[in-house]
Amino acid sequence: MITSGEAVSLSIALTGSGGAGVMTAGQLLLEAATRCGLYGLMTRSTGPQIRGGEAAAMVRLSPKVVQSPGDRFDVLLALDFDNVQRFAAELPLDSSGLIIADPAAGDIPAFLRASGARVAQVPMAKLAKSVSGGRSAMIALGVLARLIGLPEQAVSDAVAASIGRRKPEALAASEEALQLGSAHAPDVTIPRLATPASKPQGRWSISGNEATGYGAIRGGVKFVGGYPITPATEILEWMAGALPQCGGALVQAEDELASINMVMGASFGGAPALTATAGPGLSLMIESLGLAVASETPIVVVDVMRSGPSTGIATKSEQSDLNIAVYGLHGDAPHVVTAPLSISDCLLTAQWSVHLAESLQTPVIVLSDQSIGQARAVIDRPKEISFGTRRLTPTEPIDNYARYAATESGVSPMSIPGQRCGQYTADGLTHNARGVPSSQAQDHVEQLHKRQHKLDAFDFSTHWAEIDGQGELALLTWGSSSEPLREAIEIARSQGINVKLIALRLISPPQPALLARALEGVRRVLVIEQSHGAQFWRYLRAYYDLPAEVVSIACPGPLPIRPGEVLAHIQKGASA
Amino acid sequence: MNRMADMRREFKPADYKSSVKPVWCPGCGDHSVLLMFQRALAELALPPEQVAIVSGIGCSSRIPAYTNCYGFHGVHGRSLPLATGLKVARPDLTVIVASGDGDGFSIGGNHFLHACRRNIDVTYIVMDNRIYGMTKGQPSPTTEPDWETDIAPEGTGVTPFHPLVIALASGANFIARGFSGDLAGCTRLIVEAVRWPGFSFVQILSPCVTFRADQQKAWREQVRKAVVPETDDPARAARRLMTDDGFNTGILYRGKREAYRQQPFGDCDPSFLEAEFEV
Ligand SMILES: Cc1ncc(C[n+]2csc(CCOP(=O)(O)OP(=O)(O)O)c2C)c(N)n1
Ligand code: SF4
Ligand SMILES: [Mg+2]
Repeated sequence: MITSGEAVSLSIALTGSGGAGVMTAGQLLLEAATRCGLYGLMTRSTGPQIRGGEAAAMVRLSPKVVQSPGDRFDVLLALDFDNVQRFAAELPLDSSGLIIADPAAGDIPAFLRASGARVAQVPMAKLAKSVSGGRSAMIALGVLARLIGLPEQAVSDAVAASIGRRKPEALAASEEALQLGSAHAPDVTIPRLATPASKPQGRWSISGNEATGYGAIRGGVKFVGGYPITPATEILEWMAGALPQCGGALVQAEDELASINMVMGASFGGAPALTATAGPGLSLMIESLGLAVASETPIVVVDVMRSGPSTGIATKSEQSDLNIAVYGLHGDAPHVVTAPLSISDCLLTAQWSVHLAESLQTPVIVLSDQSIGQARAVIDRPKEISFGTRRLTPTEPIDNYARYAATESGVSPMSIPGQRCGQYTADGLTHNARGVPSSQAQDHVEQLHKRQHKLDAFDFSTHWAEIDGQGELALLTWGSSSEPLREAIEIARSQGINVKLIALRLISPPQPALLARALEGVRRVLVIEQSHGAQFWRYLRAYYDLPAEVVSIACPGPLPIRPGEVLAHIQKGASA
Repeated sequence: MNRMADMRREFKPADYKSSVKPVWCPGCGDHSVLLMFQRALAELALPPEQVAIVSGIGCSSRIPAYTNCYGFHGVHGRSLPLATGLKVARPDLTVIVASGDGDGFSIGGNHFLHACRRNIDVTYIVMDNRIYGMTKGQPSPTTEPDWETDIAPEGTGVTPFHPLVIALASGANFIARGFSGDLAGCTRLIVEAVRWPGFSFVQILSPCVTFRADQQKAWREQVRKAVVPETDDPARAARRLMTDDGFNTGILYRGKREAYRQQPFGDCDPSFLEAEFEV
């Protein structure tokens, strides 16, 4: 068990009925802390209800960048207890924690009392009533800011910037409620965070979905076709605002069958194109993904994974779409699958994925997930990267054009409508080098080989994985599971245990030679992922040579993988 | 190639023909439709590289590779979304979508509604033979309810779909019907459809000589030039369709709706977007 008691970070959960304002209060808390030079993370948990139901805002603050949840909560502030039991598994509390409750909310539920956490009562609803237009959530914010020790100015600046912009008439009431909350903060102590010496500079507050959208635009995406689905919708909504300002456009399609075909059409026309969806939508797109492979049309499909199968839990995370992304297509259909490693990495991964799609003239599936897509983090401004992305097009004048000619790299120049003498028909039918439909074995095999070869011959080594540290023990993971592992490894190192982290950003095509090099000197590997079926471990077993000692740690969603669990595995793994 | 030189280019129907030999059965109506495409494009004097022909799957959908234009032969039923993305990205291109009654009205039926509604500036040509030709003779949404096939030995018993009614109700901006046996008349319809802004829908009755052997002869006798002139009034067009038996040819409706988004894409440095993330 690691404790955040030494104030490496501070985790606060605000819960209440949906509509009570906990998300706004959580967001404002993060913003106020950011103004004081802290970093932070906010994740959201909601039930299936559109309005009402239960809601929890989970805020983690730290003097260092934090991009995944901690092991436990230091403070749980409950505006009411109506549905709080639904979060029981998501809100680990222990005896060093603090529960802030409203006496008007009734008895503290047994599962919370059983944690042994201290309890402080603040009559938040009553205090809110004493202010005209006052809201309990603002009282709560005042209470929390005071306990954490955030300067009042920072909090009211954050409130003014947010509420003042959206609802100026509510500003005075919010200010008053804040002060009232602050004045009624209970006389208890919570762990103190080190106050950052420097003022924040060049920091971003960004969600994974926004980072994906911006990364895609940086990569050159001009067209998006999409159909709304949780938890991917924010990518579409953010890009709908951004694209027209960048000379592009988004079209809301009638379904995912349409959205993937729209992006293929736009890409055929020369515009780098993307769609974003979740598992159910990806399932609908699969046939057309095969067409993108066969016709060698570059497209990017972002799957913000949620718990499946079927509708699953739309609002909660899981890394369980690896199989469909890698194996879902019929026929031999080599394509690329990538996965962002954190909220901030959504930017790089999306940008790189556009580069891969355009360079390789192939579909790229990006496996993000709810835990990073819908979470917001304060990060240092990411480095500018340019891949110099350019689709290979034929030089003019074009003579005797063969769209699918076998080349050394396997990538053949793709003409763009309007290019004279570059006319060809993109086709899902097996075709010859000129694109003419063919049912001959020789053409079939030649084109299968061409499409496989262009992936085999490509150098993915720059970004295929993040590798950190040395040791005989390695943690091997992918996508969003990387952050809690990173944190656990840091603690292990402080305890004198050397652990290597290998986090794959490129899932497919597999890179056995690169992994073999990364595993040099490693004796034991823990394969950690968030899926019940150990999809990642099985995939590794199919394509990679792993050391003799491999342990698969596969945890189903929707609960996040927490650093403490990983640390326990490391300690066990190191002593074994 | 500069524009001035382009304008001096002259085009003959043969300029739009590729060297790929069609897979169609001898006598299939689709051969005539291919010829109409070539003639219409020559009349429109469109450089072949400025035209894209997009299709789904079916005998009729094989048409793109037989032309010398850019083409996309996609998956079954999804030609309209493909064309939508292409036209939004490249408003400068002339986009023609080719489909069949199965491809366009059955598996792709939903896209038909939304393409009409969106009113994207493309021309949608459906070669309707009231049968699934490619899969060897199953009933389609336009097949007569008593037509007997292996999969429906006593007929489907299901009322056929009226594509023109659906197009009108969904907001298509140009609606016409032609017959593959009427080369000149039907070519004219295609020319008019391409010229008219917004979503233009042309149903071409195009017989399947293999699985509906009676069709060619029967249709030749049944089709007639519509006597009522075209209209821009949807209510009048709807009334006419109420008594339409499926064999009136010509332009039924030309609407005045503005076509969907037409601005070309541009380039820019997107870093100004970062302001919203800065804290
Ligand atoms: C997803 C999918 N389902 C089924 C098929 C099989 N299929 C190919 S063409 C076709 C029907 C085509 O009918 P129509 O559009 O009327 O074209 P025609 O051959 O009559 O011109 C079917 C069902 C397919 N290619 N793809
Ligand atoms: S099967 Fe029918 S539709 Fe297909 S090519 Fe032959 S005649 Fe034409
Ligand atoms: Mg048909």
